[in-house]
Amino acid sequence: MSGPRPTPLLSVSGLTKRLPGADRPVTVLDNINLRIDAGETVALTGESGSGKSTLLHVIAGLEPADDGHIRLDGQDLAALDDTGRAALRRDRIGIVFQQFNLIPSLTVAQNVVFQARLAGRNKASWTAALIDRLGLAEHAAKYPEDLSGGQQQRVAIGRALAPRPALLLADEPTGNLDEATGDAVLDLMLELVSETGAALLMVTHSQRLAGRLSRILHLSHGRIAG
Amino acid sequence: MRRTALLALLSHWRHHPFQLLTLVLGLALATGLWSGVQAINAEARASYDRAASALGSDRPVLQAATGTIPESVYIAMRRAGWKVTPVVDGWIEAGEGSVRLLGIDALTAPPDFAPAGSLEGGAAADPLGFLMPPGRMIAAPDTARRLTAKELPPVIVSDAAAPGIVLADIGIAQQLLRLEGQVSRLVLAEESTATLGNPEDFLEGLTLNAPQGSAGLQRLTDSFHLNLTAFGFLSFAVGLLIVHGAIGLAFEQRRPMFRTLRALGLPARTLTGLVAAELASLAVAAGLLGIVLGYVVAAALIPDVAATLRGLYGVPVEGELSLRPAWWGAGMGIALLGTLVAGMGTIWKIARLPVLAPARPRAWARADARLAWAQGAGAALLALVALGARAFGEGLVGGFALLAALLLSAALALPLALAALFGLTARLARGARAEWFWADTRQQLPSLSLALMALLLALATNIGVSTMVYSFRLTFDGWLDQRLVSDLYVTAADAAEAERLRAWLALRPETLLPIWRVDGEILGRPAEVYGVADNPVYPANWPMLEALPDAWDRVRRGEGALVNEQLARREGLNPGDRLTLPGGAVMEIAGIYSDYGNPSGQVAIGLPRLVALYPGVERLRFGILTDTPRELARALTEELGIAEGQISDQASIKAFSREVFERTFAVTDALNVLTLAVAGFAILTSLLTLGAMRLPQLAPVWALGLPRRQLARLELLRTLALAGFTFLLALPLGLALAWVLLTVINVEAFGWRLPMYLFPAEWLRLALFALIAAALAGLWPAFRLTRLAPATLLRIFSNER
Ligand SMILES: Nc1ncnc2c1ncn2[C@@H]1O[C@H](COP(=O)(O)OP(=O)(O)OP(=O)(O)O)[C@@H](O)[C@H]1O
Ligand SMILES: [Mg+2]
Repeated sequence: MSGPRPTPLLSVSGLTKRLPGADRPVTVLDNINLRIDAGETVALTGESGSGKSTLLHVIAGLEPADDGHIRLDGQDLAALDDTGRAALRRDRIGIVFQQFNLIPSLTVAQNVVFQARLAGRNKASWTAALIDRLGLAEHAAKYPEDLSGGQQQRVAIGRALAPRPALLLADEPTGNLDEATGDAVLDLMLELVSETGAALLMVTHSQRLAGRLSRILHLSHGRIAG
Repeated sequence: MRRTALLALLSHWRHHPFQLLTLVLGLALATGLWSGVQAINAEARASYDRAASALGSDRPVLQAATGTIPESVYIAMRRAGWKVTPVVDGWIEAGEGSVRLLGIDALTAPPDFAPAGSLEGGAAADPLGFLMPPGRMIAAPDTARRLTAKELPPVIVSDAAAPGIVLADIGIAQQLLRLEGQVSRLVLAEESTATLGNPEDFLEGLTLNAPQGSAGLQRLTDSFHLNLTAFGFLSFAVGLLIVHGAIGLAFEQRRPMFRTLRALGLPARTLTGLVAAELASLAVAAGLLGIVLGYVVAAALIPDVAATLRGLYGVPVEGELSLRPAWWGAGMGIALLGTLVAGMGTIWKIARLPVLAPARPRAWARADARLAWAQGAGAALLALVALGARAFGEGLVGGFALLAALLLSAALALPLALAALFGLTARLARGARAEWFWADTRQQLPSLSLALMALLLALATNIGVSTMVYSFRLTFDGWLDQRLVSDLYVTAADAAEAERLRAWLALRPETLLPIWRVDGEILGRPAEVYGVADNPVYPANWPMLEALPDAWDRVRRGEGALVNEQLARREGLNPGDRLTLPGGAVMEIAGIYSDYGNPSGQVAIGLPRLVALYPGVERLRFGILTDTPRELARALTEELGIAEGQISDQASIKAFSREVFERTFAVTDALNVLTLAVAGFAILTSLLTLGAMRLPQLAPVWALGLPRRQLARLELLRTLALAGFTFLLALPLGLALAWVLLTVINVEAFGWRLPMYLFPAEWLRLALFALIAAALAGLWPAFRLTRLAPATLLRIFSNER
């Protein structure tokens, strides 16, 4: 087949996650294995409640796994403490939350550059261009609560891309957008991802959008199928 | 539906027990401090009334110009049909200082004379025991405890007796006071007999004076009570700020619930009514707690208050608290009123709540931008009021209006000042973390501003009052050292003893300085006239504020008079002005001296002049200059037989004077500490409530790469920054407050103006206290943040939008 494969950007093996249920813990993620290389774009589909958001959170180190290993650049997340995981998120990962989670006390422009500046990797020309390309230039001085859902979503995307993460995790980033805007935003994301050489793991309900990525993973009852 | 809605509303408190505690405790503290102070004032007023009745000053009185009235005059008047009753009035040694002894004639005194009941309990139960030697004395419990001298007749303790006054039969009192054959005044038992003729027909200079009531005592102590009331009001205001904050937070947290209830069909009026009823029942519970608290505060403070009133004003007040039903009612009323004031805004908001409105974390801040204008305008307006009060305000009320306007103006301006400050720091900040930190701090201001206002007021009051107290102490100490020139003070029992003392000392090296005085009226108010001996210690030590160049020569020649500061200020007198003394003599004012701690006006003239003007002056009190006060005091007792109680040395007089003020300040200190504690509590509760509300704002920051521990540190730092900046703003405000207290309030209340001293060490202590209090308040929420499960933060991502 092929030659020796390089160390993957992200490798997940035997990942299991249980969450408290009504009477006993529910296994939300069940023995998940996956790997994503740099430059890959992967779509994650699955019905509502299948565990997509949970998988993203665990990969980002926001929540510990109950079993299995998650390695980013060969670094095992389980070996890091809260501070170490925070540093890893800050430096290597960009997250677009399903609910945006913008910082209410900061303006749009400040929100976009926030993580990049935390990571000490803010390049003014890059973020300015980013804000422009996301169509947010005229809203830069506003506060998140003054934006529409779609506009907030674009701010969240900008914030995740500004630090040029190695891995971009996006939870339905186009869920609040109309079809045309959604397409445009996805174009932009793919463009930016390929410019920075990042990998993308994107949750989406749209088969059409999923088809535009290099690979599709389907999550069903906590297991990867296909 | 109403029941269901009410249960839904109340379920909030089950989930936020701490908020409930804040609300109830804040209201209870406010009510407690307020009604505690009211209780003290009421107790004192009741004491004044009892004293007035005991002294017979609620009836017309016949008094002689020379002092006492011979018993023969009394008998002659009775024969002529005058229904008068004799009273002997004087002081006997007791415990610390002395108590007033009142001798009355139980046979001619009207039944309602002297406090009701004190005679029934004592004299009426055992009339012979009261009349026949050794007789009985009747005193209130607190006063009775101080009567320890063994040669006194047995004491009957009566609750109805006037505080600080001992009642005895006139014959016994005459013996104890060495006033045999004399009475102090004649009280008219039946006013109708006043038409019988001119009292001067019986004795030259005998005049009929209208009843004084307790007005004299009240006027004397008004300033003290106004001070207490101001403190009580301040604590009440601080407490209300807490309550307002708690009600506001409970509203913000329940906003979604209110909206849902409205959307499900609950009319706005019903919802408003339910919330109002909820608040009212909380107010009743808190009011009850507050009244109990107020009783505890009052009971703890009243001994010091009584000591102050006794020592500073010579006004007797019973050091024990009695419960009055009216006071319970007033306490409950003030609790309800406070809740109404604190909750009005919220109830109004609920009544006008839009059913559909997006949740906006910054909405509060936004509405505040509009509110900021109103606040700023309010602050500016109040500042103008303060300036107006300074320029045109009169009397104590004007002074307190100035204080109130100043404090309120500053409190209103505080959020604006802090917002501006944090806007600036945010702009100056380098790095995303710092920028977010300041922006977030600024966003939190609206929810914290009430607690911060409370802190500002408490800190400023603390700085102001402690600056005043320390300035007073420093000035007063220096003044005492100067003013008490004699080393030993002796009061002779009678003229013969005075003569023996004079003859005995003439053979010794020590110098005897007569300290004689008469009491009278100057410019319509009671005043004292002292004679000053011709001795160089006076010019060398007398603390002059302003004087003609040869003031002491004028005094010695009998031409000039010195007046104390309070008299000069009250009447607008200056050196060179002319002053009419009691009896009509007119003298030129040669100088003005400071005379702290004396409530009445005072004039000092040359001793020969005093004796010439008032030949009847009592000549019993002397100062002695000596290097060996202790030895001399012993010699006076052993060789001349002067009782120890008649001699006091400089050191013990100083100690006594200082103690009087220490006890005054103990009251102030206690109220100060209570106010600070209330403010600290306000901050703690605001932070704890905010802790939960803030998670949606903290969660994204955590998700983007700030560890919880660092977030917790920042949260703690934020609390410290807020307290620190508030302190920085409180400092100038406190100094302004001190300035007003020293140059306006003190002058109005006591008649003297004190120099202002600054005590940076004291500020440092207070700043430290503020920071420690803030750190303690911030520690628990911060610690909770480090322990927070990530899942809790994540849940926010699924719940909050
Ligand atoms: N904090 C939690 N506690 C308990 N169970 C949870 C929690 N969060 C999510 N779950 C459950 O875990 C399962 C997976 O949730 P998740 O949010 O990952 O689904 P999802 O695939 O992202 O769904 P959607 O497409 O609707 O966003 C669901 O059944 C959900 O009910
Ligand atoms: Mg999801």
